[in-house]
Amino acid sequence: MNTKKILFIVIFSILIAIHTAYAAAKINVFACEPEWAALSKELGGSLVSTFSATNVGQDPHYIQARPGLIAKIRKADLLVCSGAGLETGWLPVLLRKSGNSKVQPGQKGYFMATDTVKLLDKPTVLDRSMGDIHAAGNPHIQLDPRRIKIVAKKLSQRFQQIDPQHSKEYAEKLANFKTRWDQAIKRWNEETRELQGKSIIVHHNSWVYLQQWLKLNKVAELEPKPGVPPSSSHLSALLKQVKKTPVDLIIYSSYQDPKAAAWLSEKTGIKAVAIPSTVNENESLFQWMDHVIQLIKDNSK
Amino acid sequence: MKKTLFLFISASFVCAFTTPVVADEQIELLKQQIEQLKQDYEKRIQALEKGLLAAQQAAKKNEQTLANVQEQAEEAELASDDSQQMMAKNSFNPEISLILDGRYASYQNNPDNYQLPGFSPGDEAGLVPEGFSIGESELTLSSNIDQLFYGKATFSFADDVDGSTSAEVEEAFVQTSALFDGLTIKMGRFFSAIGYLNSQHAHTWDFADAPLIYRALFADQYRDDGLQISYIAPTDLFVQVGAELFSGRQFPSSGSHDGIGSWTTFARIGGDFNNENSWQMGFSHWHASNIDNRETDNINHTATTLYSGDSKINAIDLVYKWAPNTRTDNLKLQFEYFDRDEDGDIALDDFLSGDTGSYHGDQKGWYAQAIYQMNKQWRTGLRYDHLSSHTKGSNYLLLENAGLESHGYKPERYSAMLEWLPSEFSRIRLQYNNDQSYKDSDNQLFLQYTFSMGSHGAHSY
Repeated sequence: MNTKKILFIVIFSILIAIHTAYAAAKINVFACEPEWAALSKELGGSLVSTFSATNVGQDPHYIQARPGLIAKIRKADLLVCSGAGLETGWLPVLLRKSGNSKVQPGQKGYFMATDTVKLLDKPTVLDRSMGDIHAAGNPHIQLDPRRIKIVAKKLSQRFQQIDPQHSKEYAEKLANFKTRWDQAIKRWNEETRELQGKSIIVHHNSWVYLQQWLKLNKVAELEPKPGVPPSSSHLSALLKQVKKTPVDLIIYSSYQDPKAAAWLSEKTGIKAVAIPSTVNENESLFQWMDHVIQLIKDNSK
Repeated sequence: MKKTLFLFISASFVCAFTTPVVADEQIELLKQQIEQLKQDYEKRIQALEKGLLAAQQAAKKNEQTLANVQEQAEEAELASDDSQQMMAKNSFNPEISLILDGRYASYQNNPDNYQLPGFSPGDEAGLVPEGFSIGESELTLSSNIDQLFYGKATFSFADDVDGSTSAEVEEAFVQTSALFDGLTIKMGRFFSAIGYLNSQHAHTWDFADAPLIYRALFADQYRDDGLQISYIAPTDLFVQVGAELFSGRQFPSSGSHDGIGSWTTFARIGGDFNNENSWQMGFSHWHASNIDNRETDNINHTATTLYSGDSKINAIDLVYKWAPNTRTDNLKLQFEYFDRDEDGDIALDDFLSGDTGSYHGDQKGWYAQAIYQMNKQWRTGLRYDHLSSHTKGSNYLLLENAGLESHGYKPERYSAMLEWLPSEFSRIRLQYNNDQSYKDSDNQLFLQYTFSMGSHGAHSY
């Protein structure tokens, strides 16, 4: 009994030691997608340390609720995710298993980017026969820089709530980001004027915000229903449609299977382009958006 | 005349001398006037400049307000509508999901003859009925209760071997969501954290039936009423430790206990090798010290074997997952090993023999499986099961009759399955088993469907 008691005390003190050692001063941001990690870096600078649960090569719909992610979320002060059902397959499990009270829904440490902006594609009828639709609306908002600006404002406010000691610094960083982002938007608007009205085919319906911003015209999707892989019958129907009314470009995300896009491209001569739907490692939001626009411009000539 | 001439001359002289003086004064005057003008102009220019600046500033201000207005307009257009948010947050209804599961089973041998030599499994551990049957259909309600608690209840409907359908409370528990950093307390009825598969619902398993060792030790799955405490350390490596206290009424424990009938401890570690490779390892221990008349079928299902005594289970589990970036295929490897040690007495509930005798058993088993998902819609997998046991007792005939004597026979099973997943919510599975649970090898075929309706379930690791 005595040895058991000693063992218990030893284990307990080790846990306490670990606990205090990890209670670092920086705000730990757990971002579900890389774009929110990048935005947090812009707005928090050296005051925050960021971790992204996914990378540009992964489809954020389908992520394993890995033990490594539970460990990360356990230590998080702030969760920054897209929301609107994008992470519904894995985030709730992580949250429930983490035992971290700070980042539970409704807490200060729970920030869903889609809560701050108006969403497109809100379904009027909810029925699974329509595929894996998101009841709250389309969650892929990161491709609209105007919406990013709104998210930035709200996220900065959240930083200030969580870390009020540094609220002045967060406000300065937000102002700085806004100036640079506004300039960039102006430039992107000019650069993409020629793209207005171009018609595109997309793999998954994840580009609506880009379409709205750049005034692109989406004529079809390679997936017959959201989340259902392209079928040969659907593709041959598309081929007929495209032959009747020409299309300028086929767009798919770099994490998606290129086969369907490549097939249609080969049959029709329309260029198919893989576009990174989020930032690369060590890439800023500015560099990524430059890259996206360059890719679309180069391929739709 | 002379006078006037003189005057004229003198005047000219005066003029000649005084003219420069007059001119100097005038220049001075002019200079002053110019200076005055200059100053005036400078003042005016300054005033003009000031005015211009003010005008410019005003223009800039206007531009800025215009920009602000534009920004506000844009924000109004693109920012979320708070009223809609409120509406969404007001939906207090619990999440509901219904799992429909059914199958067609075909066996070469008579399923009534099924046995696991050396194990004496529980009553519910037989094979699913031959032909068509609905498997476990589950109705789950779950919701955050308040800022502290989360609750979940699962009711399952299943066909018993005799053809009757029974409904039962499979799980009903509340769990803290925000108690203390990393600490979670769960209470109610729930699946124990022992092993890896045990805490997952059967419909999320990768095969239509439980691993043999789960069938042998737990009659497929172990759950009881009790309390679970677990803690996750704030480390980069996933470290979880926990303990469970149970009533001890549920198989493989039995009998009524004043306090705690059985308990477990468990530890899990896990992490990522990189963003494509992840792993988890678990150790768990189950203990029941006062099992009272645990009932199992005897070898030929003619009587009931009763066991009373101690039981300890130690288990190790290993999971490795590979999910490459930019691809839709992935791989999952899984291994579990269980070792049960029992010390007590057995009796046969059969008035002819009515004997009792001492019993000591060491029963082991493991399985290993590999699941490969080729793309979003197709998965395939292989599994191998292996059991072995070593039993001793005071009455050899009793052991023999109870089915606890294996005569050195080691049950084995080979399984292969293929799944078609039309969407995330439906699954059709074909599974083949070469089952060598007992000496007559059996070929088994299952065609199983599993559909989930309602809220989008999240999958644990």
